[in-house]
Amino acid sequence: MNEYDIAVIGGGPAGLAAAIEAKKHGAGTVLLIDREMELGGILQQCVHNGFGLHIFREELTGTEYAERFIKELKELRIEYKLDTMVLSITEEKVISMVNKTEGLVNIKAKAVILAMGCRERTRGAINIPGTRPSGIFTAGTAQRFVNKEGYMVGRNIVILGSGDIGMIMARRLTLEGARVKVVAEALPYPGGLVRNVVQCLEDYGIPLLLNHTIVDIKGKNRIEGVTIAELDENRKPIGGTEQFYECDTLLLSVGLIPENELSKGADVKLDPITGGPVVNESMETTVRGVFACGNVVHVHDLVDYVTEESRTAGRNAARFVNGEAGGYGPVIRTKPGNGIRYIVPHFIRRDKVERSVDLFMRVDRIFTDKKLVVKSGDIVIRAINKAYMRPGEMERINITAESLKAAENLSLTIDVE
Amino acid sequence: MEGSIVTCTICPIGCRIEVIEDSSSDSGYLVKGNKCNRGIGYAITEVTNPARILTTTVKLNNACLRRLPVRTDKPVPKNLMLDCMKVINSVEVDTPIELGTVIIENILSTGVNVISSKTV
Repeated sequence: MNEYDIAVIGGGPAGLAAAIEAKKHGAGTVLLIDREMELGGILQQCVHNGFGLHIFREELTGTEYAERFIKELKELRIEYKLDTMVLSITEEKVISMVNKTEGLVNIKAKAVILAMGCRERTRGAINIPGTRPSGIFTAGTAQRFVNKEGYMVGRNIVILGSGDIGMIMARRLTLEGARVKVVAEALPYPGGLVRNVVQCLEDYGIPLLLNHTIVDIKGKNRIEGVTIAELDENRKPIGGTEQFYECDTLLLSVGLIPENELSKGADVKLDPITGGPVVNESMETTVRGVFACGNVVHVHDLVDYVTEESRTAGRNAARFVNGEAGGYGPVIRTKPGNGIRYIVPHFIRRDKVERSVDLFMRVDRIFTDKKLVVKSGDIVIRAINKAYMRPGEMERINITAESLKAAENLSLTIDVE
Repeated sequence: MEGSIVTCTICPIGCRIEVIEDSSSDSGYLVKGNKCNRGIGYAITEVTNPARILTTTVKLNNACLRRLPVRTDKPVPKNLMLDCMKVINSVEVDTPIELGTVIIENILSTGVNVISSKTV
């Protein structure tokens, strides 16, 4: 069985950044494994721009952003396997994988970095009533067909959900000559970024119906149309508001789920809110030497933050294999308080924070003119004024190592006040 | 005087900003509804000369994936987007192609080039 210092599962932005950072920090042998035919993950179907504003101070397309990291990975001569599916990871860090040329292969790694990303919620996950015709796609699947494989998915389109990928596909399909009739969103606010509401929907006159959802799908072989109804404050359809929209294609952009089947097999503990591993400040999971980063941990809005988080994972995986990780020391627990859905990381080992640690979180509803307050017991560690917060935009708070010393009872709570 | 409403995309707040022609002000416009100063320039540009980077794909021959991602190297006026698409969709390219290669020079005489956004 071949042995590696570090095995990275997934060659998207998280895996690429983690592998590169691990190699730069002295990891000997690094192997990156991906199931696709090329590196870059979902970035390769993101032909639109808006990537890299934080990391490179430039506005790149997804493909351009990926290419910078792929180039660096190759320059560092990091080994990678494509078209290879990882089947299992054990607690002992034995990884089983399969591909067409080598068949079934087992390797052993001293550290593992989980970077499998996430997958899309499907029709089955949200239970839309109606018949089951063809022509219903998740937005990301449609994006892959159009942008990589060159197939147009339809001509008359309805989109359910206002996630970023759905809005980006509304623009993409309009540019390619389709008619996007409407985007329906069950919540009272758009799911994705404001920038996409403006540049993908408003620019092309595509209506966005908030507080609306699909109550029926019609069609025998191919989809023929959907019925959309308004929702009341309890999210129940209001009788008499139903309206029929003829269409040949329905796209779903109704959320993403971290893909953690492999993590479960390795006995990594998952957070029921994020659907991803419980991690500490070094992006290490509850299994020592198993790290995780990117959308497999929690769904990000910006790839730049994925890159930053993955660099942390890569750096610390290298430290672990080089015997520099050390013991645990005092562990601070982060606790979501009023108005906060979750916080990543879940634990902070106080002695391991060099200069500062970034806490990522999402609020559970829209807030205007509030404060994000980080407290340990009654001691306020940091308070930040926020003119506007909504669940669709991730919040980030930087906490310095110095101020963590005040966290005497070893807990940090964040509240919206 | 007739005002135009634009949604600001500088930050997540997304202010609804009203822009009204006003010859008495320095910029020539009266801007209302912005919560910060960054919104002023954005809103005036959106009303006077809205432009976007256009990103799309062209047909790619002799490769396992059949589309090459491309983009304009500078923003193009918003009202020319669909006309640009017609020109771009008439183009086919062959591998190998480097990222940044000019695929269409000076599209519709805008002074903007369409370039490859991937190496294949």
